Amino acid sequence: MTVKELAETLDLKPLAEPDTEREAKGCYAGDLLSWVMGRASADEVWVTIMTNLNIVAVATLADVSCVIVAEEAEIAADVVAKALEKGVNLYTSPLSTYALCAKLSTLV
Amino acid sequence: MLAACFTKTDCPEVVCSMADFVRLEYDIDGENFTSAGEASVKVKRSLRQMGFDPETIRKVSVSMYEGEINMVIHADGGKATVDIYDDRIVIVLADRGPGIPDIDLAMQAGYSTAPDNIRSLGFGAGMGLPNMAKYTDEMKIESEVGVGTTVTMVVKV
Repeated sequence: MTVKELAETLDLKPLAEPDTEREAKGCYAGDLLSWVMGRASADEVWVTIMTNLNIVAVATLADVSCVIVAEEAEIAADVVAKALEKGVNLYTSPLSTYALCAKLSTLV
Repeated sequence: MLAACFTKTDCPEVVCSMADFVRLEYDIDGENFTSAGEASVKVKRSLRQMGFDPETIRKVSVSMYEGEINMVIHADGGKATVDIYDDRIVIVLADRGPGIPDIDLAMQAGYSTAPDNIRSLGFGAGMGLPNMAKYTDEMKIESEVGVGTTVTMVVKV
């Protein structure tokens, strides 16, 4: 499904939506950025609780379809601005990483 | 074909455009951890413009990003040179940092000397050098303690 459809289905809160027609395929969950860089595949949905600016570079380089920050961890305005600039779809959700992944397993 | 047609007009980081390769150069700012990765993102964009396949682009950008982060964490920045040929991409990361006393140990997955403030940002898991080796076809580390480190990586197209 597309990132837009996924966001609606999971009731995600959009922070940056530069490319929502992109197809989301599979999911990767993790917070160690090097680990994510090495293991996440292109087009996957990345679920994390990390909120620093580096998540935008990691999302860009790993080429994930979107980033979902779990547990509504607070995200600074400069991170949102950078996500828009780099074309990274960025969302938050009140759900935990586990709960999000459980739902994602039947969707993407 | 594509690489040699790429000039400074297409991309300001182009320092020379020869018959068979294009060179991109970047200064890596060691002061600013939050901007680390800018050079890798620019290289990714240039490779995409040149028409390289997504898997090659991913290998180059992931391995270069890991190297960039290492230079910022450990060496107060340095210089990145990327030579793009039709059949391979050669990335050279050179710094004047403290050097690596034991390269075999540094290459072990999970081994890290990153400080706690870097770990709290989600780095320092000891996966940088192993990822660089995993994503490249050739990797060479030349390091002298107190002098600096040069990492050369080759990704075949």
